[in-house]
Amino acid sequence: MTDAPAPRHIPDRLDKPLSSAIFSWEALLVVIAVAIFVINSFASPYFLDPWSLSDLTFNFTEKGLIALAMALLIISGEIDLSVAAIVALASTMMGMAVQAGAGTPVLVAIGIVVGLACGAFNGLLVTRLGLPSIVVTIGTMSLFRGIAFIILGDQAYKGYPESFAFFGQGYVWWVFSFELALFLVAALIYWFVLHRTSFGRRVFAIGYNPVACQFSGVRVARIKFILFCLTGLMSGIASVLITSRLGSTRPSIAQGYELEAITMVVLGGVSILGGAGSILGVVLAAFIMGLVTFGLGLLNVPGIVMSIFIGLLLIIVIALPIVWRRLREGRFA
Amino acid sequence: MKGFLKYREIWLLAGIVVLIGLISTRFPGFADPANLRQVFNDTSILMILALGQMVVILTRSIDLSMASNLCFTGMVVAMLNAAHPAIPIPVLIVIALAVGLVLGAINGFLVWRLNIPSIVVTLGTLTIYRGATFVVSGGAWVNADQMSPAFINFQRTAFLGLPVLSWIAIIVIALFFLVMTRTAIGRSIYAIGVNPTASVYAGIDVGRTRFIVFCISGMIGGLAGYLWISRYVIASVEVANGYELNIIAACVIGGISIAGGIGSVGGAVLGALFLGIISNALPVINISPFWQMAISGSAIILAVVLNARGERRQGRIILRKAEAA
Repeated sequence: MTDAPAPRHIPDRLDKPLSSAIFSWEALLVVIAVAIFVINSFASPYFLDPWSLSDLTFNFTEKGLIALAMALLIISGEIDLSVAAIVALASTMMGMAVQAGAGTPVLVAIGIVVGLACGAFNGLLVTRLGLPSIVVTIGTMSLFRGIAFIILGDQAYKGYPESFAFFGQGYVWWVFSFELALFLVAALIYWFVLHRTSFGRRVFAIGYNPVACQFSGVRVARIKFILFCLTGLMSGIASVLITSRLGSTRPSIAQGYELEAITMVVLGGVSILGGAGSILGVVLAAFIMGLVTFGLGLLNVPGIVMSIFIGLLLIIVIALPIVWRRLREGRFA
Repeated sequence: MKGFLKYREIWLLAGIVVLIGLISTRFPGFADPANLRQVFNDTSILMILALGQMVVILTRSIDLSMASNLCFTGMVVAMLNAAHPAIPIPVLIVIALAVGLVLGAINGFLVWRLNIPSIVVTLGTLTIYRGATFVVSGGAWVNADQMSPAFINFQRTAFLGLPVLSWIAIIVIALFFLVMTRTAIGRSIYAIGVNPTASVYAGIDVGRTRFIVFCISGMIGGLAGYLWISRYVIASVEVANGYELNIIAACVIGGISIAGGIGSVGGAVLGALFLGIISNALPVINISPFWQMAISGSAIILAVVLNARGERRQGRIILRKAEAA
């Protein structure tokens, strides 16, 4: 997990744009997504209804928002396992504010600020004290959700104002929900930041070789700190959406989201060792996971069995290119 | 004396003694030997699991699938017992070890032969094994009244003043201690964690050793599966959900470095005991059990901060020795 990435083969000339696009990871994901879409529409007569397709998007938008920021963090060689706990803590704080009579704008602000603060706390521990992020965030995962449990116990907060329900239940236009619109806008922003700015190039460079970056004048610690803050921020936003959609807060809210968000990121072609990945891949992976869970749901497959498909999908999609390459080189096993 | 104090385990042990002392001021019966035996017995399963996780972490890998493995194997064993109560317990334990071994070997194979990072592999098998539990059981539970009395009572039988569960933990601890300190495979595991590249040049097969550690953690997961089910006398898909992080937490508190190569059997055992004491103490000193999660989270963060300092100091000592030589 902490092994250095293998030295990369540097070709004499670049592949032609078309052939590199056809053989890219994203193309593989598109093929998988289309295949699952077609299978789903044959398997269930209800699948192709616009409203059920709209419902489908709720399966991944919240986790997808977290996955966007998580992708940058993993590309930079770090990880954040505390995202779901941040969602729970932010939701609990919003619930407390409701009991004190806060209105919708205040609630949204609280959700976002708590998320940002939790992310900054993770970032400080990792960058200031030089601790491994996987352990720090396992700790803060227990801490953040633990605080939610201390405050709430076995109770639940309810009574969110009616205007607050828009974020998780409202529609922008026809069947396009606010959640989906927000996810697409955020994806566009993250795509621009990662692939079109010098900040994005630095994120890749840090993941590929943090020491060389340090010597090249890149402020490694500061950029990693910003990425932790971004992940916290996105978790806070996701918390607003989930709380608004469910209309209540329990300390066990969003349990297990961290692993699903990481699965999306890895399925999207981001190297868990850092240094490689794309936002398009993550967005496609989010759609694929939504398609799989929703399609199986229409067929009355229980959620726990769906998780087998998600797990298999993750391992097979990662293993396939490796097996394929080895078979071509004739040196498998 | 100075050399003695540099061992992390001594500090952890001192911390545990202080913790027990603090709890005793609120609840005098806590430090009673009978109660401490009870705490040890309660923590046995976590100690065993932490040791299995330790060997994986030492080789710079991680096994997130242990709790799901425990859940799956426990369900298989419980269903076997419910269907064929005549199967003797030792045979069931061997079956549990074998099922766990197969699940661990799948992880190990993917890490070894396909070179997929262990965190990705075990993230996948984490969901697959738990889902497989549902498929095997059809979502049904195996309740206490379906299990045979021998199945439930085996680990509770007193033997030389301790329940069999405690003895199993003691035997596992002793085995791990022997393997890690007295065998070539134990040294290889440490060597890989400290420097995988140098290990290759030293003639250690890194991939094969990683395969072996995943087999070990799988077998431990399987053994813990039987122990868990017969202790809490219910087998369901929800068993030990999220427990993989408690296991890793025990390792981290025990001073096992997530970067590999640093850690000891004693550390893992004490780390698990630390968590076990907290969860046992909270109810008796009238703190809501809802505090437990936040306390263990704080303990993890504190432990990793202290460990990072310890590792840095160790680095300097090595340099000073090299200068002197």
